[in-house]
Amino acid sequence: MFKKIDRNKLIFFGGLIGFYLVIQVLQLMGIVTSFLSTILSMGTVLAIVSLGLNLIYGFNGQFSLGQWGFYAIGAYSAADITYRWSNNQDTSALLVLLFSVILVGGAIMILYRTLSRLRGLDALSAFVIYLLATFGFVFLSIKLGGLLTPAMNSALGALPEWLSFTIVYILAVLIAGLVAAEISFLFGLPVLTLGSDYFGIATLGFSIIVKVLLDNSDTLLGFEEMKGARGMIGIPKVDDWGWFAVFAFFMIVVVVTRNLLHSSFGRAIISVREDEIAAKAMGIDVGFYKTLTFVIGSLFAGLAGGLYAHVNAFLHPDTFNFIRSFDPLIVVVLGGLGSMTGTIFASYAYLLVVEWLLRQILPPGFENWRFVVFPVILLIMMLLKPNGLFGNFEMPFLRQLLPPLKKKPAAEAAAAPQEAAQ
Amino acid sequence: MNSTHTFLSTPPFIESLIKKKILGKLMLILLAAVVVWRMGTALVENPSLFLQQVINGLQLGFVYALIALGYTMVYGIVRLINFAHGDVFMVGAFMSFYAISRLQLHTWPSKLFPNMNSMLSVGIGSITVVILSMIVCALMAITIERVAYKPLRSAARISALITAIGVSFFLEYFGALPFVFSANYITYKRPFEVTTWVANGEGVQTLARGIEVPANSVIFSNIAVLIIVASIILMVLLQYTVTRTKIGKAMRAVAYDKQTAQLMGINVNMIISITFAIGAALAGAAGMLYAIAFPQVVFWMGIIPGLKSFVAAVLGGIGSIPGALVGALIMGQAETLSAAYISTPMRDAIAFSILIIVLLVRPTGIFGEATREKA
Amino acid sequence: MKTRFAFFVVLIAALVLAACQPGAAGGTIKISVLAPMSGQVATFGDSTAKGVQLAAEEWNAKGGIDGKTIEVVVKDSQCSADPAVNAMNQVVGEGGKFVIGEVCSSASIPVSEIAEANKIIQISPTSTNTTVTLNADGSTKQFVFRACFIDPFQGKVMAKFAAEQGHTTAFIMFDQGNDYVRGLAENFEKAFVEAGGTILGKETYTKNDTDFSAILTKVADSKAEVLYLPDYYNIVNLVGAQAKEKGVTAVMMGGDGWDSADLDVTAAEGGFFSNHYSPEDTRPIVQSWVAAYQKKYDGKTPDALATLGYDAANLLFAAIDQADTSEDTAKIAETLAAIEYEAVSGKITFDAQHNPVKSAVVLAVKDGKVSFSASVAP
Repeated sequence: MFKKIDRNKLIFFGGLIGFYLVIQVLQLMGIVTSFLSTILSMGTVLAIVSLGLNLIYGFNGQFSLGQWGFYAIGAYSAADITYRWSNNQDTSALLVLLFSVILVGGAIMILYRTLSRLRGLDALSAFVIYLLATFGFVFLSIKLGGLLTPAMNSALGALPEWLSFTIVYILAVLIAGLVAAEISFLFGLPVLTLGSDYFGIATLGFSIIVKVLLDNSDTLLGFEEMKGARGMIGIPKVDDWGWFAVFAFFMIVVVVTRNLLHSSFGRAIISVREDEIAAKAMGIDVGFYKTLTFVIGSLFAGLAGGLYAHVNAFLHPDTFNFIRSFDPLIVVVLGGLGSMTGTIFASYAYLLVVEWLLRQILPPGFENWRFVVFPVILLIMMLLKPNGLFGNFEMPFLRQLLPPLKKKPAAEAAAAPQEAAQ
Repeated sequence: MNSTHTFLSTPPFIESLIKKKILGKLMLILLAAVVVWRMGTALVENPSLFLQQVINGLQLGFVYALIALGYTMVYGIVRLINFAHGDVFMVGAFMSFYAISRLQLHTWPSKLFPNMNSMLSVGIGSITVVILSMIVCALMAITIERVAYKPLRSAARISALITAIGVSFFLEYFGALPFVFSANYITYKRPFEVTTWVANGEGVQTLARGIEVPANSVIFSNIAVLIIVASIILMVLLQYTVTRTKIGKAMRAVAYDKQTAQLMGINVNMIISITFAIGAALAGAAGMLYAIAFPQVVFWMGIIPGLKSFVAAVLGGIGSIPGALVGALIMGQAETLSAAYISTPMRDAIAFSILIIVLLVRPTGIFGEATREKA
Repeated sequence: MKTRFAFFVVLIAALVLAACQPGAAGGTIKISVLAPMSGQVATFGDSTAKGVQLAAEEWNAKGGIDGKTIEVVVKDSQCSADPAVNAMNQVVGEGGKFVIGEVCSSASIPVSEIAEANKIIQISPTSTNTTVTLNADGSTKQFVFRACFIDPFQGKVMAKFAAEQGHTTAFIMFDQGNDYVRGLAENFEKAFVEAGGTILGKETYTKNDTDFSAILTKVADSKAEVLYLPDYYNIVNLVGAQAKEKGVTAVMMGGDGWDSADLDVTAAEGGFFSNHYSPEDTRPIVQSWVAAYQKKYDGKTPDALATLGYDAANLLFAAIDQADTSEDTAKIAETLAAIEYEAVSGKITFDAQHNPVKSAVVLAVKDGKVSFSASVAP
């Protein structure tokens, strides 16, 4: 067992844990202010969202602007679960969503196997079948959840408070990811048939629809506690170990992404990016891999949303408006399409520059200049390094640890994302 | 998901249903039926009110059309979603604001020729203002194109897109600085007085202030007339330029194949600059018309109309000029009618749902080329 | 390899170290003003900050509070929840103890949660929504106060005024994402129906909307006598201009959000709105305040926001002075709750929910001017 873990992996994970420990120690010493540690948490959250987008866009070539919408869905689902538990000792949201994700997830898997037998079934018809199944199972879950809520309330209530909250919190974040993933499956099914730019625009539309729904979450959707466009308050803030939880999820996402990319799945999605027709000719189920990548990417967005809700303890639909939805895209492109370390580095760099460095550099009273200076930096970056900081390589000095995914001459590799984007 | 061993079990009648794509079609038909039923009952209940809302939607739709043309032309030629276009529109609105409120430019004919007919003098004055903001926007777009987009023309398209987002941020927040446009809401002074007319079975009369609208009649203002007429004139001019002139021919050639166009002796860089300039000039005119209709200017005012016009361009088939017009009119009606008859807070969601549904039925938009080369 | 990794760690450490900032200087009392200095309603923030600064200057001229000088720091919170929370987190990070703001209820509510949790005294000068000073369970927030009357009262005042003018039908338009606007609209509706009126329709919009033609066409079609639009001046300007074009004949009425130098008086012509004070008031304290403000700011007449900012600051300073401490915020909060203070906008005492008890005025927009119309007691 241990023989399989080679030295490179040890250094890689050691580096991540070391990074965490250094931050932790600095925090204890008071060198990292609460403001800065908030930025670090947010940077980690942004890194998770962007890793998801990098998977969809960087590695699979699907130009998606919907990542922010799934992030919003995750944030609000997780927040609703913990809000109801910590304010009213009510597990209804937890149970209903838990049953929903399990039942709908199961239904989707079974239906996918059944429907793939029906050759020539168009995406829209399949979508209708999935949608009806989803409605049915969600309805069932609401009934089931309602039945079991009192029992669950007392069961969780019997546990010590910290333990019950920890359970609810971790479940909430996981459910947030799964909710986002399942919605992305439903939405992606018909929309993934569109061409690349049109797919991007349809996903942008999705983000905006989610934002409008959140604006009306209290009136039209009937979630009083979300308070619509007024912003959701009263979400429990996970303060003491929040940073640990965020970092732990981040590590899991990094490991999962890395392993996925180094498996046959990774090679398949990259081949889809490079040339869909050739991939199809090689026997790769293009539709399946596109959908799966989209779902996994959205899963990460949902997880990140759940984490964000408890770092910030305040959610507002304006955070999820379409202008902010460019954030992960900017991060992914700046870091380099198809470079995980690039994305991670760019997430922290982006927030540090916008929220912290520019505040430090600009004299007081010139805070308005932040967004005048930032686009100029962005422009210069794009002109100097049109392929992003790390191109589609992993971090240069880690290259030996994480070998480039394609064994190609450098010039050819640099040209690849251009083709993919066109 | 290998399914080679299973496809023998499908009964033939289900297979025929699948071939007809029956479920998807059924859903779309159902959706369409609900909408038609809702609009139909609204029309029967109160035809004049319905007509009134349609006029409101037309007014909005024509402004969107002018902005959408810029998106569609630029996309057609360089395949770039020019996110900064909405902010060019904002600059156009501000330019006309300064020209009217600070420089009193719209009054020059009446100052030079005091005896001139007042309608004529206001008309000429306003046209001067429009031309000024169109020129400023065109020059700005050429600068943006040369500085930000041209160096990236051979790079990946995504780099240019990120640059466009950056330029958009820059224009907004630079405009928001106190010594530029400031971050405040500024009331826009219309260059002329608003007149409202009532139209019903008895003909058309002016509606005096404070008088209620008579029953069974629709009202429209000189603003609506101005927007619709000005937009149509500009669009006809554009269509003429693109289809009948040499520059238009060159533009089409560059859009079709840049390299071949270059070999044919077309100055591709200049044509691209001209395209940006024409699109921006239309956005500048739209900025002024929008500010006249909704008399307030603020630095972020371009974001939402820009986005909606872009969606309109996609809806109509990006790259197509008639498509932009049709898409924009659909967006205007979708917004107004859903605000009027379905749900005011949901109107944006409804407009974007229409976009997604249209794309699912026609993946390249209503007027888009049916077969598109692999993206 | 090792050196490179070490370089990476050092780089991060250096970035982190650079974050350290020197602490605040002693001998001063730092007051943070959270107000919109940019964005949609920047004039609100400008007026509020001027009022607070004038109050601080007056106290500093008298030798400060117990020998400590007052330092006013203005933070731009843009009248909206997201930046306001960020600004408030900065105040917490800097160890601030006193906050005046936010101007808008939608921003004050999340800020008040943070203030309460960190034992920071917050006095909102103009946030009129009830929940600003209340916890989710209905109890009063210990550290949060306000200097203005609350939404139920403003809504009631306008409903009462509308009924007195003989109007029986009304149409309500409100921004559903704004606690302040919603609060006024709900309370107007309740009081207007109680007074025997009918609400012919209610429509919502969002703060970024500019096209109100669909809604206004409905208003014109309903033939309502009153259009209640309790939003800020920028929306009033837009709606007013479009209403005239769409043949709306209803009288526009609103709340103190209308009170701004940038209110377009031609668009709002014929309208009425409730407010906190009128500079035409003859009480000596009002006149001396108006004179002091005009002297400092080039003859400009103070609006309600400047006045309430001034009142809020004075209340806070008086409480710090009476409590004889600038550290123990719990004691200062206790002093504030029991204070009786003659302020410019009326004599202020706090009720159990930390809301001041005082009267309101109704102002009319007529012939391109805003003038005093009526006074309504609590």
